[in-house]
Amino acid sequence: MQRTLEEFLRALRANEVAVSPAEAIDAHRAVAHVGYGDRTLLKDALCATLAKTAEEAARFDACFDTFFDRAPIAAGEDGGRAPPGATGLGPASLGDLLLSGDGTSLARALEEAAARAGAGDIWLPSQRNLLTRRVLDEMGLREMEAQINRLLASDAPGDGAAAAELARRREALFELAAQFIDRQAQLYASQTGRRLRDGLLAKQKLTAVAPEDFRAMEGLVRRMAKRLASRYARKRHRARRGKLDVRRTIRRSMGYGGVPFDVVWKTETIEKPKIAVLCDVSRSVAAAAQFLLLFLYSLNEVVERLDAYAFSDRLVCVNDLLDDEKVDDAITLILKRIGFRPTDYGRALADFCDAQRDRIDRRTTVIVLGDARSNYANPRLDLMRRIGQRARAVIWLNPEPETYWGQGDSKMDAYRRFCNLAKTCNTLRQLEAIIETVLRTYMPR
Amino acid sequence: MTRDAKAALQAGAAHPLTSVETIVEGLGKVGYIASRRIATALFMAAHLEKPVLVEGVAGVGKTELALSAAAMLGLPLIRLQCYEGLDESKALYEWKYGKQLLYTQILKDHMGAQLTGAPDMATAMERLQETGDLFFSEPFLEPRPLLKALREEGGAVLLIDEIDKSDEAFEAFLLEMLSAFQVSIPEIGVIRAKTPPVVFLTSNNVRDLGDALKRRCLHLHIPLPDQKLEERIVASRVPGIEARLRSELVGFVQSLRTLDLRKLPSISETVDWARALVLLHVRALDGDLVRETLNVLLKFEQDVVAVEPRIGEFLAGAAEAAGRGAPA
Repeated sequence: MQRTLEEFLRALRANEVAVSPAEAIDAHRAVAHVGYGDRTLLKDALCATLAKTAEEAARFDACFDTFFDRAPIAAGEDGGRAPPGATGLGPASLGDLLLSGDGTSLARALEEAAARAGAGDIWLPSQRNLLTRRVLDEMGLREMEAQINRLLASDAPGDGAAAAELARRREALFELAAQFIDRQAQLYASQTGRRLRDGLLAKQKLTAVAPEDFRAMEGLVRRMAKRLASRYARKRHRARRGKLDVRRTIRRSMGYGGVPFDVVWKTETIEKPKIAVLCDVSRSVAAAAQFLLLFLYSLNEVVERLDAYAFSDRLVCVNDLLDDEKVDDAITLILKRIGFRPTDYGRALADFCDAQRDRIDRRTTVIVLGDARSNYANPRLDLMRRIGQRARAVIWLNPEPETYWGQGDSKMDAYRRFCNLAKTCNTLRQLEAIIETVLRTYMPR
Repeated sequence: MTRDAKAALQAGAAHPLTSVETIVEGLGKVGYIASRRIATALFMAAHLEKPVLVEGVAGVGKTELALSAAAMLGLPLIRLQCYEGLDESKALYEWKYGKQLLYTQILKDHMGAQLTGAPDMATAMERLQETGDLFFSEPFLEPRPLLKALREEGGAVLLIDEIDKSDEAFEAFLLEMLSAFQVSIPEIGVIRAKTPPVVFLTSNNVRDLGDALKRRCLHLHIPLPDQKLEERIVASRVPGIEARLRSELVGFVQSLRTLDLRKLPSISETVDWARALVLLHVRALDGDLVRETLNVLLKFEQDVVAVEPRIGEFLAGAAEAAGRGAPA
């Protein structure tokens, strides 16, 4: 039974339930306590030991049900009683086995054949047919087909009927084997495709993501934003080692007759940073705008003090939309309100300064998401300079590659002088790397 | 498992921890209606001697589970409320400074008497060594919740509430305590629990907990209950309520949960509402009444606004379901 549990743990890992060796040991201990007799008890006990989040618990439930689905087959119609001589299946041919109608032995033969054929190593759903065939071969399908052919060829009475019966049972066996492999695929391979796709999507250019991948992308962005937020919300106070807070130490030592028992060290309070994000949603970045907004939306969910603006020819504050609407609606509404018009960076910066100027201070980090293509309008570099002077940091993320900066109507070369960091940001992976740098380096500490 | 429990198991008596069924029953007796999954988690916690990390939305009965488990097992409940900035001097131990000061005073007088007549410095130092150092010793230790739980002879139920509100440093500090049921005090050494306490940690998922902590715990997620379970919970918590009204109000709350609200009403809100309705001597729900008492269920103005126009529809549904369930 130990092998069954190990197999199950492997299936769990394939389904993205992280099971460490220590947890595997716990699982074995849990099983030692509850046994395999009571299925619900076993499920609940293993779930408590192995699944560590609500999502993992849901995946665990599905995986458990699929994995132990074979129990009824293995038990067979005769209640799992092992037939005499079942230990050595070798001599009995597949044909005899099928004709005997012994469900238990058949299921066992199937599982053994599957183990020999390596069915558990399936990692892509498309391997199913190949593996089904292999399992059947391992079970001795060839011999059985030869047997059918022999029966068909012979003239003895009854052989024709026997051949037909065998062929009928063979169909049933195909079905059974296919079901078995499907289950294996669901256990071990159902997540592979998704993982591959996620990996690809993270590397794909934001402008080239197909609409049908938008959902998957949304999940990725969300996870990324959450990861970043949990890292950066970590510390608010930090002890400055070695600096004595004399005033508070004296105050505390009053209780002990002035003997400084309780020594207080100076600590630094880490200011909660403020972020202002300006997101370009004009025609020239239309393709990337959705993702920039998506990122903005996710960031807004996890960062407490975020001022979000979207602009094309004018700039509007979109905090209310991000707060109140669902993600799809928010993006659509923002695009409807301000999107797809020709950009005017000078105008947008002027609007930003009007709305924000007094609130930009040494704690504020300004992030601009846009291509800096201003349609030859006045770029208002003076405003950019002023923002750069007042803010803690200005970070510019441009979906265009660096070689395009400054070409045509791009003012990126001019703007980047006032930025602490200007980077190309074209894929999710780049976006994550940059935002992480931003949070680590430019946020107030 | 507590020592009493072990003894009871050996004696074959029906101790609450004997099986999952007895736990469900035992918790039921102290007024906590537990699903099988909850009971199994408690069962595994007692038998594997591992802490349980309980997650779920606010008001779903996480803290209550620990309270009820303590009541069921007849063990003292020791509670540690976590918050940002909680450190070991508040969670584990503190020195009794005042007494230590007194001790040094006494020691000084005492040593004076002892040391007079010592012929030279070396002898004096020798005598000083012999006296023993009591300055950092257990009598001067002021135990805080964690240490208290470890020192309970007969075992205890330790509730570490809202662990997600504490700092990561504190979480790391808890690891030793949770895996080995021991703590290291630099001045004294390692203090180990004679009887490992039953530990519950609760979390509202304000931040993601570290993997190291999760790995050491059994995980229990308490979901919002279905109609039947919630009715039983209300029946157990608000005994004076009529069956018809009970299923009506639970049905109403259940339909609220299908909406996309900022804060879904959880069990504690349902129970509060049921209590309020009993106090108001209500026999059946009607639109005005619900509108007036909606603030018990919903904690945000936007949610109230979103729900108000649909009250009638939900009430009709709930009344119909209640009528079908128990024809009055």
